[in-house]
Amino acid sequence: MAGLSDEVEHLLRRAGFGVGPQERLDFRGLSYEQAVDRLVDYEAIPDDVDSRMQDPACLKIVPGGTFNEAGVLVDGPFDPNRNLVDAMERWVFRMVHSRRPLQEKMTLFWHNHFATGRSKIIETFSFPGALRAFAAKQSEDPDGARGQIEMFRDMALTDFSALLLEVARDPAMVAWLDGNTNIVGKPQENFIRELMELFTIGPESFQESDVYAGARVFTGWNLMPIIPGSFDVHYRGFKYYPEYHDTGFKTFSFPIYPDGTATIPAREPVSGEQDGVELLRALADHPATGAFLARKIYACFVDEGSPPDPALIAYLASVYRSTNRSMREVMRALFRSQVFRSPRTHWTRYSWPAEYVVRAIKEVGWVGMGANEVVFSMAGMGQSLFDPPSVGGWRTGRAWFSTTTTLARMNFAMALCWSQSEALAQALVDHAGTPEGFVTHALERLTFKPLDAAQRALLVAYVEADGPWSGSGDQIRAKAAGLIRLTLGLGEYQMI
Amino acid sequence: MLQNRRTFLTGIAALGASAVPLGPAPAWAAGSNLPGARRLVMVFLAGGNDGLSMVAPYQDPAYAQRRPTIALSGSQVLQVGTDSQGTALGLHPALQGLKRIFDQGHLAILPRVGYPSASRSHFVGTDIISTALPQSPSTVGWLGRYLDSIRSPLDPLYGWNTEFQQPRSFLAEETFVASITNPSAYTYLNPWSGRDVAVRLARTRPVGESSTDLLNSIAATAIETIPRVEQVLPYQPTVTYPQTKLGRSLQLVSSAIARGVGSKVFWVQAEGYDTHSRQGTVGGTFERLMGTVDAGLAALHGDLLNQRLLDDTLVLVLSEFGRRIDENGSAGTDHGAAGVMLAIGGRVRGGIHGTASRSLANRPDNPDLENEGRDLTFSTDFRSVYASVLRNWLDVAPDPILRGAFLDARLAFLSR
Repeated sequence: MAGLSDEVEHLLRRAGFGVGPQERLDFRGLSYEQAVDRLVDYEAIPDDVDSRMQDPACLKIVPGGTFNEAGVLVDGPFDPNRNLVDAMERWVFRMVHSRRPLQEKMTLFWHNHFATGRSKIIETFSFPGALRAFAAKQSEDPDGARGQIEMFRDMALTDFSALLLEVARDPAMVAWLDGNTNIVGKPQENFIRELMELFTIGPESFQESDVYAGARVFTGWNLMPIIPGSFDVHYRGFKYYPEYHDTGFKTFSFPIYPDGTATIPAREPVSGEQDGVELLRALADHPATGAFLARKIYACFVDEGSPPDPALIAYLASVYRSTNRSMREVMRALFRSQVFRSPRTHWTRYSWPAEYVVRAIKEVGWVGMGANEVVFSMAGMGQSLFDPPSVGGWRTGRAWFSTTTTLARMNFAMALCWSQSEALAQALVDHAGTPEGFVTHALERLTFKPLDAAQRALLVAYVEADGPWSGSGDQIRAKAAGLIRLTLGLGEYQMI
Repeated sequence: MLQNRRTFLTGIAALGASAVPLGPAPAWAAGSNLPGARRLVMVFLAGGNDGLSMVAPYQDPAYAQRRPTIALSGSQVLQVGTDSQGTALGLHPALQGLKRIFDQGHLAILPRVGYPSASRSHFVGTDIISTALPQSPSTVGWLGRYLDSIRSPLDPLYGWNTEFQQPRSFLAEETFVASITNPSAYTYLNPWSGRDVAVRLARTRPVGESSTDLLNSIAATAIETIPRVEQVLPYQPTVTYPQTKLGRSLQLVSSAIARGVGSKVFWVQAEGYDTHSRQGTVGGTFERLMGTVDAGLAALHGDLLNQRLLDDTLVLVLSEFGRRIDENGSAGTDHGAAGVMLAIGGRVRGGIHGTASRSLANRPDNPDLENEGRDLTFSTDFRSVYASVLRNWLDVAPDPILRGAFLDARLAFLSR
């Protein structure tokens, strides 16, 4: 299955979820620079992935069922805008089948960056409102509501200040970081602290007094009351309440305005929402933000185990500034950088569970594999979508790998290979002359860090273990899936 | 959803779960654990537990004044007497089980535990209490350094993490601790031959520095530890554990102890302590949190006591920081500084160790407060608690592990 260069494959593992038959077609013949542009300028490619969700040639969607009036889970139609398992399945399906891989990767990146956990959202919105707050697709929602993940997807590579404003007004975020209890005289620090520490300027760039002032800025940024008669009584959109707003001036330790002024002036309640708009803009334009985002992007797309190259961080921060905070141009600059392209960067990053399962599916096959089983398996690997462990996101890198999460990876590999065993056997039937040839050909569909000679010999020995090799259909069927499963469990396959 | 998963796994397991002989046993597999050695159970309350609501200075007028809707009164708390300076303290009313444990002399209350220049960040704060190195909190954990100091290679089941991901406290240079969230899912499903091949594939090279060597070593370790983890199934505890995540984790700890798996250091975690709003000290979120902790710890205490295992067990309850003194108007509390730690065990010296605040009055000269009077300042350094655990419980020299001298003779919550 030759075709793409090593560096384009590297690019697709990092900027997407690996290389499957679709990527081999889409990226065939493109230079590295053209491949980067195809990924980054994805609007030129139709966003049609959701229309293939019932296609039998694709990953199998298995409806998770719905809760009836008695709260009992019963069979129901696929409803990814309102049902948790279905929403997770839709997302995994997009990761596997979207022809805009970077859009899905950035959606996951923002989900981890602005990490919002489902349990507290469920407390606020109940079911199914909570899932709408996460996953409602605007074009499919009767009220035009847009879930947080759909917002990340729509704005995956936008002006960061525009994204930040949407995040601050996102109903799930308002509930998650207690904005809905932030009112004049009773400031609530949760959102502003994480906004500065985790979302924009980083922990070194603000003082406690900024937390106190910032909490007052967002007083009144709240949720709509429940509207009787609306499609879903549990869902609540964003609303600014002038009567809850603290109208006094607010002073910060960093500039808020281009002239260096650090005080947001006192305002009438009716225009008080402007306080937050100006603070968000100031944080997006703060000199620390570009470098903070660059370091986070470096950790996600290049390497989280070693300190980032200071020159690259400074360069990406300068791109952020000079392009008016364009995440599209920051990502393009990153992918074009020598640090990213260097072979020294290849195979250095520990795959996230989402990256592991989707790459394995793309390489091994998917027909008949249930998307529900994929998302359950991911939970066992420590990555349940819509449920990062804290506002800081998942602990990535080496922390993904414990004995229990490693068993979950190996058991997922078993389930996947089991589901594909017949197809794998058929694909290999003409290439089974010798055990060595069989192993070589079987592993060609996979990409991984090179194995050592002893590992390769063990795989050949595995194929030969049950008697002299004849290359019969029975022998191939008995060994093909097991051979690929063993490889998917290796440390060499966990790196991307 | 869970039902679907269970059905799936059961179906797969039935395909071919015959016992497959493993490769050669690693050096640590037999006889490496000393019988009767002491066990440490870390219970981490993630999010910043509100120490002033867990152990309330209920007679302090400033406490009631600064927490007008969430303060606990003398009639609500479970009174536990006074500290050495005469400050009266009471446990949260939901902590009925802990009160009984206190009355049995098995609970040490350590108020106002913290460190200088406390971080108000969940993430930095958690890293600091995990490493005990406030200046370099992105490194290996204090328990990881302890495990590294014992011997190498160390039995990976010497420690038992009940979470999916390794806590930083357990991160080590050389030791790798097993994580087991659910023993019945701790399996290597295999409808084909080749489980032994998986282990041998993962052990073709010695454990080295490279990422793939590390991952292969984890994979081999995972498969090799399965038979011992299976020993804890089925476990019939002597008490009923609550069906909460914390309850299930603590039952797992008890099962590992009772079945003699050999694990000595456990990590257990409960979430939800970041009570910024509608804290509901009574009748709300915080009461539920306290109820969960109480039911879980009381069950563990009773189960181990019934099996005469409590004398060799020390449970340490901690969080990344305490919360702001003033309630914040949404009837919650924001991030603060010093918090409370608890120690439970048969050989704990029950009582109050260290001192609570004499007063929470927001005066410039109040030495018990910091951050312009907003937060409680520490009276006991958390590293002194760790030093005592290392010296008096785990019987090792604390200074090399904590990289400093923190042993405090006055902090006598453990008898040697």
